[in-house]
Parts: sequence; structure tokens; C-alpha cells
Amino acid sequence: MLEDKNRIFQNLYNDLGSDLTSAQKRGDWKDTKEIISKGREWIINEIKSSELRGRGGAGFPTGLKWSFAPKEVGSRPHYLVINADESEPGTCKDRDILRFEPHKLIEGCLISAYAVNANVCYIYIRGEYFNEGQKLQKAIDEAYSKNLIGKNASGSNWNFDIFIHYGAGAYICGEETALLESLEGKKGQPRLKPPFPALIGLYGCPTIINNVETIAVVPTILKRGSKWFSSIGKPKNRGTKIFCISGNVNNPCNVEEEMGISLKDLIEKHAGGVIGGWENLKAVIPGGSSMPMLPKDICENLKMDFDSLVEQKSGLGTAGIVVINKDQDIIKCMARIARFYKHESCGQCTPCREGSGWMWRMLERMAKGEASREEVDMLMDVTQQIEGHTICAFGEGSAWPVQGLLRHFKKEIVKRNNFNPLVNKSNKIPYLVDQHLLEKDNAEIKS
Amino acid sequence: MLKLKVNDKDIEIDEGLTVLQACEKAGVEIPRFCYHEKLSIAGNCRMCLVEMEKSPKPIASCAMPATEGMNIKTNTPLVEKARKGVMEFLLANHPLDCPVCDQGGECDLQDQSMYYGIDKSRFKENKRDVPEKYMGPLIKTQMTRCIHCTRCIRFATEVAGVPELGAIGRGENMQITTYLEKSMESELSANVIDLCPVGALTSKPYVFEARPWELKKTETIDVMDSVGSNIRVDTYGWEVKRIMPRINEEINEEWISDKTRYACDGLKSQRLDNPYKKVGGEFKKISWKEAYEIVVEKIKLTSADKIAGFTGDLTNLETMYVAKDFFEKTIKSKNLESRDDNAYVNLDSRTNYIFNSQISGIEESDLILLVGANPRLEATILNARIRKSYLTNKPNIYSLGDIGDQTYPYEVLDNKTSTIKNICENKSEVSEKIKNSKKPLIILGNSVLNMKSGKFIFESFKKYLIDNNKINEDWNSLNILSKHAATVGGFDLDIVSAENNLTLETLKKNNFEIVFLIGQDNINFKKKNEFIIYIGSHGDKGAELSDIVLPGAAYTEQDAHFVNLEGKIQKAYQASFPPGEAKEDYQIFNELSELLKRKKLFRDKEELTDNLLNYLDIKKKKETLNDCMIPDFIEEKIIVDEIDYYYSNVVARASKTMSECRNSKINVKRTGTEG
Repeated sequence: MLEDKNRIFQNLYNDLGSDLTSAQKRGDWKDTKEIISKGREWIINEIKSSELRGRGGAGFPTGLKWSFAPKEVGSRPHYLVINADESEPGTCKDRDILRFEPHKLIEGCLISAYAVNANVCYIYIRGEYFNEGQKLQKAIDEAYSKNLIGKNASGSNWNFDIFIHYGAGAYICGEETALLESLEGKKGQPRLKPPFPALIGLYGCPTIINNVETIAVVPTILKRGSKWFSSIGKPKNRGTKIFCISGNVNNPCNVEEEMGISLKDLIEKHAGGVIGGWENLKAVIPGGSSMPMLPKDICENLKMDFDSLVEQKSGLGTAGIVVINKDQDIIKCMARIARFYKHESCGQCTPCREGSGWMWRMLERMAKGEASREEVDMLMDVTQQIEGHTICAFGEGSAWPVQGLLRHFKKEIVKRNNFNPLVNKSNKIPYLVDQHLLEKDNAEIKS
Repeated sequence: MLKLKVNDKDIEIDEGLTVLQACEKAGVEIPRFCYHEKLSIAGNCRMCLVEMEKSPKPIASCAMPATEGMNIKTNTPLVEKARKGVMEFLLANHPLDCPVCDQGGECDLQDQSMYYGIDKSRFKENKRDVPEKYMGPLIKTQMTRCIHCTRCIRFATEVAGVPELGAIGRGENMQITTYLEKSMESELSANVIDLCPVGALTSKPYVFEARPWELKKTETIDVMDSVGSNIRVDTYGWEVKRIMPRINEEINEEWISDKTRYACDGLKSQRLDNPYKKVGGEFKKISWKEAYEIVVEKIKLTSADKIAGFTGDLTNLETMYVAKDFFEKTIKSKNLESRDDNAYVNLDSRTNYIFNSQISGIEESDLILLVGANPRLEATILNARIRKSYLTNKPNIYSLGDIGDQTYPYEVLDNKTSTIKNICENKSEVSEKIKNSKKPLIILGNSVLNMKSGKFIFESFKKYLIDNNKINEDWNSLNILSKHAATVGGFDLDIVSAENNLTLETLKKNNFEIVFLIGQDNINFKKKNEFIIYIGSHGDKGAELSDIVLPGAAYTEQDAHFVNLEGKIQKAYQASFPPGEAKEDYQIFNELSELLKRKKLFRDKEELTDNLLNYLDIKKKKETLNDCMIPDFIEEKIIVDEIDYYYSNVVARASKTMSECRNSKINVKRTGTEG
């Protein structure tokens, strides 16, 4: 359980006000100039030693990513891009940061941009978050008016500008290279990696692209020290995380907790428990719909951090926990998730484009009980044909949930679809009209 | 040089290559759909996946740059499973059209699924269907078959320069379309048919005509323009079914223009298959013996200086040489001419009338000046090369006068001869740029040589470039864009009567009594009472004017040599036979000579070809580089001649497909509000 003094986001429920003065009362924009004057090397080393991992789903160590950017600015300017395209089903944490704690984000942008030598930052917000974007724009305008960003931001001799760009309703634009393509004005289709965005990104220039939450925790880490951050959580899974608990719980909410908290604690203490009690739990999707689901027996002792979930063949992802209880039809749930992936596939590479639709149709048939015996193994095969063979991680994102279902809930599928044929095969029924003649011929030849 | 391992075999490759090219060098074939050597890398078919040692998942070999010490494996179960998986996905939504699909027999999908796919399909859903799109009279689209490799999009955007194709929709609903449902603007549009690996884009005139294994393939040269693109003619018996490009990196790379590809159905219509005689305004069929008798009669009654001959725009070198011999030795007339206008040509040196920088040299140039030339319509493949140079080198491109959309941006200079005078006297800012550039390219078109100031323009540019060392052993910047396929050949064989085309002037004054038109249909003159003999393959303007028609063979029906605008001699091979009673052109002159002088000019075609090549060799050694005098300056406007692209020569005018293309282009310009 996280103590209140260790909480980074004090205003996650907007009881303290999101404007600049209230934010400054909470400690935002304090000592920004001093942090920046400590130099780039110090900032990147602090982030590296705090073992902060990206909060956007992939969990890549942030300090390592920042060190990939070229140390000196060459012929091409550097850019910082914030990925606020939060479209992962089950995730709603960035929304609260954008609405209620925008100044943490803006200060984080300034410090991170200084660390990677970028003078311009683009925040890509999903088109559906129009109101949140407006609030963020108001906060940015406040910061500009107080000279906290802009020319000589916060008195640090670093010029810094932030621009907001709205998306248009595509989940795939949350993928970093698809986001860069969409920012450039082209079709939001992911690029091939290598080359990586840290070397060739927006308009071909070195770009560092990070999630909203990752950047929003950077100022607090630098102010309170990386030692404090690494004191929370477990080795290699340090710090706090905002968990979004939804589904069949009594009190769905966003809560900031330490990494490694047990799932049972999260659901019981913060979300009011599963509807119908803990025994009514069937499965939990731990990290947004792209992660495989886990059945109840694994959830009993599950700790929520990157590594323990990978051990259980799932992943933390964005920490959007979806709780499914026994009142739900699990196969229909999975079919609905597969339909989302079929709908959102960009269509560039073959396995994802054709495979996502195929999986959805098979799952629909399984949900209705019209599937055939070989289809279960075929479905597993198809998912293995998709993952790893695609341009971006969307392929894995569409294949893993189906694998989770097949791994843990095969009995349900078998029970739902009556795989036994109506007529049992017996050896005496000829499959050829003149099978008996054939046998007679064979008998004659033998004798 | 990088060292890496492919399937436990060590190979060394140059830097900058991808893993796929490295594997090809090692002799390992990797299946692919979206990768093409001449287009940018897309990496979206995922068929080229191979295993690399340090990577957990397979990598796309067409996109991954090869680095030192890589260990690539292409024969492991992981790679096999990946290929089978991708092939299964491709075939999942692909319709079962093989029996009715034109691409059957030459289909990448068929070949690769045979080698790398699975035998049975497990897909039990309904396949998706995509409505057909309209892309013009040349390209038949069946977009249900499309596998979204995006080769056509990349070709249209990069090589052809018309960003008309694109993909709309997302995921399964992705469709490739022009969206505006009009024909593709580019003259290179039909090359997407070759690029498309499946039968989604096929050739509309060739639809349902033949299967590829039934066709006899002959490698020959194209004559629709002066570029001399290398083509492969596919014939079924006598009929030419279609024309496909051949790879020639120096001339046409892998592309051919629409006219080259589709004018071949003009070889089937309007053909002259019998000798005809004009009797009372109508043509009457006669036999060869009778035709020869009439011609020989007429020649014997006329003095040599009243007989003239004009060779045409599609005439090959052998025919021109035998005509030259016929005129010089048999008739003893000097009036043989290969030009059909008053274009200025300086025959002192070969460099005066060819494209000196060579088409491959365009890619290295850093400044291009177009004078009176419209490369997009006059030599489409050349234009594609200029566009390629524009994409890689970013040269400064200027043009005297606005010549329309050339698929690359250029600066328009004043289209007067005074501009040229200013450039050559260092008074224009372009002169500075020419002097500072390392490999400039000045392209003079035929329209400018045809003007009164033609000689002035040519000689002043030549002097200016020699003075500024832009013409030296490594690089010659002065280039002529020849008009027809036979132009350079005619100049090489010295079939030029006098500097100002005296023969043509005399013809226009009706001072000749017998005129031989050897495939020449472009001369406009009012016939008075000359006796005109037309030797050619199609019944067009020339045959209409004539009194005797002797049928000859078209370009696909005789072994011949052609010289392209760069001065390269290329051999065209015979693909089919002339129809009816038509003979090969050289035979006609041979037999006429036999009847006139009781001796054939040449024993057979081999002797003719040997003599011809000998003549050209000797001529090469006799080059002189005289300084020519620059005539006086005349102020004139430089206007590029109107080019009717689809009707530019006799074969194209007889072709149904070309008429359809022309009509669709005219329709394109209509806005729909014309009442």
C-alpha cells in the first residue's frame, strides 16, 4: 500500500484544483531552473538510476531511451513528442493527468526536452479527448503567460515551445511510428524499425517519444531524488503507477499505487471488491486489452509489476485492469475484443490485416457454439502465425488476448461447442458406396 | 565490404545493401511481393522474413540493412512456418480466380505458393469482395485480387510522378484506388501491370487473349519514339499479342511507355497486304510483276534529277541503306532525304546530332536546360530518367517556355531566342549556374532545330559550352532530342540532301516527277502531277496520296538495326510475318534494281547488314570537328510543336487502343459543365 507522502499525483480526483496557483501550492514549477542548471548528464543519469520504465505499455527503461538521442544537435533539430493517444481499452489514466495535473506534464516536458536537446514538443492527444485537450491548452497558455515555458523557459536559458495536435480516432496512432506519421500529416501507418525514432523520427529528425505518465513523473523524481523513487516497488520495477480498475467491480476508479502491490489488495481495498465477492471472480485482464487474461487461481497471489506478470505469461502494459466475474460470457468478451483489433488494424502488413478478421470470425462462431473441433488448435496456430511477423506490435496485441483465452479457458470453449459429432463413426459404415466391393476385392487378392 | 554469413556460407557484400540483396548474392532465393529493386522499400508483405541469430522474432530481409557479422538463416523451421503463415493469410481473402485471371502462368502468388505455401486451405469464412475501379482504357482492375503490396502506389508516386493511386480504408477494408475514377494521367501508367504481382491490375486490351505459355517471345527494339526501348514481343502465330519491357539499365531500365506497349494492335489493322495501283481515284489490286513493270517504266522515262525519295520515321537502317544504294547506284539521283522538316543538322561529327550525355548520364547531372523540348511527350522514358535524377540529385531544371506538367518542377525562362543569346553572352543568371555546374545538360528539341534560328541556336550553344569546358572527353553537355526512331540512323547514313533540306523545298514547289515515299507519312505537300510510289506497311496519308503502293513490313516483321537517340545501334529481331503479299523492304529495292540494271544490289540480307555496319564503322573514323560559323541573330519565339501523343506515327494511328486513350484524355479535360 502506498503512503500518502509518497504519492506523486496529489490531485488525481481534482479536489485541490488544476490551475497554476493550486499546482504551485502542491510543489509544481518549484526549483525548475535549478534542476535544469544541473545539466543534461545529471538528469539522464538520475532517470537511469531511478529505473523508471515507460508507462505507455512497453515498459522500456526511459533513461536508456533518452540516451539514444544524439548528444550534440547536428544538422537536424531534436523533437520531443508526448503520446497522449490513450486508446487502449481499459486505460483512462492519461485523461486524469491531462485534466487535473497538466502542470506536472508541462514541467516534465520542459525538463525532458532540455535533457534530449529538443526545443519543440508536440503533444498528440486522441481526438476524442477534445475537452481534456482544451484544459491542457489552457494550462499551457497559463504557463506561457508566466514565462514558465517559451523563450528562456523558467529563466533557464532554454527556449521551449509546446504544441497540441489532435488525433482522429485511430488506435494504431498510439504506436510511436504511426503517431509520427500522423503528426507529419500522412496516413497513420507504422514505419519499419530499424531505423528507430531516436535517430530518424519526426520529419527524419531525432525524436524522443514518451507516454504522458512517464513524462509527468519526471519532475517529481528529479526533485525528490532517484533514491526515493527506487525505494518504492521492487528491483527493476520501481516507483508508483496509476492503475485503472474497471469491469465488474463495485467502485471502478483510478488509483496511484506502488509497483508490486498485490492484485487482491488493489481490487478489494481501492475498487470496492468484485461484484458478488472475490469468489465470483472469473478472470482479470491485467494491463489493457492487449494483454492475455489471467484466471482466478493465478490472481490469488498475483503481484502487479512488469516482471511478475511476464512470468505468468501476461504483461503489465498500461495497468488498465479489467475484472471479469462469473456473470459474464468470457468467450463473447474475447470475441468483442477481437472485433476491436480487426477494426483498428491499419492494413499495412499481411498477417495482421487478414489474421485479425479471421480470428474475430472464429471467436464469434465459438461464442455462438458453432465452431468445429479443429478450430481451437487452428486458432492457436493462427495467433502464432501473427505474432512476431508484423511490422509493429499491434500483431502481438491482437494475438495475445486470444492466446490467453485458449490457454486458460479451453474447457469453456469445448463445453460451449458440442464438438462431438451427431453420428459416431463406426467401421462398418462404408464411406464409399462400393466400399464393400473394395474390401471383397482386397480379400480375394490376399487369398 | 562487409562480411556476413548466409546459411553458414560466408559472403562479402558492399555497404548499403539489405539482407535480401545479400542473400541473393549468396544464391539463396527469398520470396517477396512488395520489394522491387527500382522502388522504395515498403516491407509490408512480410513474405521475406528470415531468421537472424540475435533476434527473437524473424526480420524482414528487404528492410534490414546488412551489417558486419550477421548470421542469416533461411532454411530453418521458423522461417518455413513464417512463410507458410504469411502465404496462408494472403490466400485467405484472395478469390479463386486462377482459371479466369490473366496473370495465371506468370503470377508471383501462384509461383510462391507452390514453393513456399501450404497445400490445403483452412479458411472457412466468406472472402471479402471489393468493387472494381476504373483506371482508364489501358488498365483492367479486379481489386478483389489485390494483396496490398503497394507497388503500384509507390511506382505512380515515385517513378511516374503522378501521385494518383492511394489506399483508402483501414484494416481489412483497405482498397487501392484512384478515388477519382478517371484514367491515370501518366504516359508510364501501364507499367503498373508488370509490377502487380497478382492479377489485380492487368492489361485491358490484352484481356482474355492468351496464356503466357502459348506465346512465342522475341526480343526486339521499339520504334514508337527515338529512345529505342528494349522490348519483348509476344506473338501467337502471326498476331502480335502484347509487348513487354526488357531490362536495359542504360536505356529504359524496366519501363516502357504506354504507346510502346499498346500501339501493337495497330499492326493488325490498316495493313497494306497487296500492291495497289490508283486508277481513276480508286485503288485497284495488281500483282507484284505488274507493279514492278509500271515503276520501272516510269523510272526509265524520267531523268535522275527529277526523282526524289524520302525515308520515314519508323524506317530501319537496312532499308535506308538499300534505298541509299538504290538512289546512288541504280537511279543515280542525289535526292534522298530522311528528314520531314527543315531541321538543322551538322553532319561533321556524330556528337552534333545525338544525345551525348547518354540517358544514364542524366542521373549524374546537376543542371538541366530544356530548349524547345517536351520530354514527357517526345521521349517518355527519358523524362522518367530526368525525374529519377530530380529525386536523387535535385538538379536545377530550367525550360524555355512553359511545356506543361513534366512530373518535376522546373523554372520557366522567357521563350525567345534573345534568352539564348543572353545565356551565351554571359548576360543571364543561368549562365553563372551553367558555368558553376559540374555536369550540366542542355537538351535541344526538334522544334528548335526546325526554326529559322535553328543553326544559330545550335552553334551558339556549342561554342559557349566548348568555351566553358562543358564539352570535354568526360562529358558532353549538348544533347539533341531526336524526333523519330529513324532520325539518328538517317544522319549516320548521310541521308541528308543539303543543309536546308533542298529536296523538301523542291518537293513543295512540285518540281519532281517521281517521288518515293519509304514509310513517310508526315510530309504535307499539295500533289500536282507527281508519280508517287509508297513503300510501307500501313495505309495512311502517304498511301492515300500515292499512285502505286508497294506493301512492306512493319518493325516487328523484319530483322533490322536501329540507332537510338544516344547513338547506340541495337538489333531488332523478327517476331512475325508481313501479311498477304507484303515483302520485307529491302527485297523490294533489290528486285527493282534487278529489273533496272539486271543486277541485285545485295545477294541476301546478311550481305546488306555487313555492308551497312562496315559503312557505319568507316564513318565513325572520319570525324571532323570543324568550327562552324554562327549565323546572324534573328529574334524569334520558341514554341514547342504540338504533339498528338497517341497519334504520332502510322502504327499508333491505326491502333484502336490509342484512339481510346486519346479519347479518354480529351474527356478528362472536360469539366462536365459544358452544357
